[in-house]
Amino acid sequence: MTVHIPSSLRSYTAQKSAVDVQGATLGEILSALDQRYPGFRFRIITEQDTIRQHIRIFVNEDQAKDLAAVLRPDDQVCIICALSGG
Amino acid sequence: MTTLKPATGPVTLLIGTRKGAWLYHGDATRMTWRVDGPHFLGHIVNHLVLDPRDRRTMLMAARTGHLGPTVFRSTDLGKTWKEAKTPPAFPKVPEGQKGRVVDHVFWLTPGHANEPNAWYAGTSPQGLFRSGDGGATWEPFSGINDDPQYRTWMGSVQDGTPDGPKLHSIIVDPRDPAHLYFAMSGGGVHESVDGGRTWAPLVKGMEVVEGFDAATVTFHDPHCVRLCPSNPDRLYQQNHCGIYRLDRPSKEWVRIGKNMPKRVGDIGFPMVVHPRDAKTAWVFPMDGGSVWPRVSPGGKPAVYATKNAGTSWIRQDKGFPKVQAWWTVKRQALTADAHEPVGLYFGTTSGELWGSRTGGASWTCLAEHLPEIYSVEAAETAR
Repeated sequence: MTVHIPSSLRSYTAQKSAVDVQGATLGEILSALDQRYPGFRFRIITEQDTIRQHIRIFVNEDQAKDLAAVLRPDDQVCIICALSGG
Repeated sequence: MTTLKPATGPVTLLIGTRKGAWLYHGDATRMTWRVDGPHFLGHIVNHLVLDPRDRRTMLMAARTGHLGPTVFRSTDLGKTWKEAKTPPAFPKVPEGQKGRVVDHVFWLTPGHANEPNAWYAGTSPQGLFRSGDGGATWEPFSGINDDPQYRTWMGSVQDGTPDGPKLHSIIVDPRDPAHLYFAMSGGGVHESVDGGRTWAPLVKGMEVVEGFDAATVTFHDPHCVRLCPSNPDRLYQQNHCGIYRLDRPSKEWVRIGKNMPKRVGDIGFPMVVHPRDAKTAWVFPMDGGSVWPRVSPGGKPAVYATKNAGTSWIRQDKGFPKVQAWWTVKRQALTADAHEPVGLYFGTTSGELWGSRTGGASWTCLAEHLPEIYSVEAAETAR
């Protein structure tokens, strides 16, 4: 599936705005991304495996609430940096 | 007592701001400065520290508004950076329990001279971490992060400063790597004499906000603690409730801020000590009245120096605006170099960088229009 990368995380992905990765859950694809781009996961997922306060992750048009979200091979995953003022 | 030779080489100022980091490279005269930056524009940089053991390695405590906390590491004075493989993080708790999350790394301290590659980090909420490999990987240190008594003393998020409670002022005794101090806002000052295996509060003599019980460690809010390199038995402290000195082996702080002018008071964030004279220290007072405006008292900024260990204080404001300057200086943003006379430097909440080559007798604005400055460190890149 394709994961869309926000600009603030493209320093990890060699400036790629979208990357293809395989996995059955959100947790699996983020682990795979962290293998490929070390440090990526911790910037958006806490040590308690929760999505960080100002990060939103959408699977197609639905917001994923946690890492257990189930994915299908043709899903589009979009990582969004939510509004955070100042 | 230790005799330390004055530095004679170039000085580099390491500036952490709300929107990135800058390096100001000075020559040996400290008259001219070359700016290098921004580094990590847009990152919130709480602390940027050069390792005095190799004069090359720098660690940066950073996060952004969206992205989680991390530590960046440079081994070539900021030309290139690598991120820590495992930044400071609390242990994951079992399903169904609520575990803590590091919001930001707030403080960085290089380890003892005999422990190359050792570093300590303090976080918000309060956590103590250690790296043994120059900042590449970090582990919780000493057990206080999960100790029930310490967790009580740390209080809740509501008990801390407006942007989160913090563990700071991690100090390694230059005579003994097993002798450690740290402070928490809130949560008091603490000491270990066994390399962090056990800790004990060191709060006697410190005052707390009126109406609260000084016997309760949670209520103590040290803002900045400094150890005198020339006499490691002497510590100074700027607290939420005054300025203090502690001469070991005594365990009782003495409020030397009572000797400050009454119209200025002894509230502030930063404190810095002379590198070779344990009787000399500097503070930057702020308005801690009414709603705590956290600005220069009366809009008239001044550094105050003591040259007799706090018996009296001298106002040092030559070069500063005389009126309508409503900035202040945060706890990591006042520092000294090791030259003679000592150079002092601070960054303001309004993004100005000030310096003095005369131990505070006169001041020059070195830079303006930077983002809000969180930390300033003066580093020797050569001797």
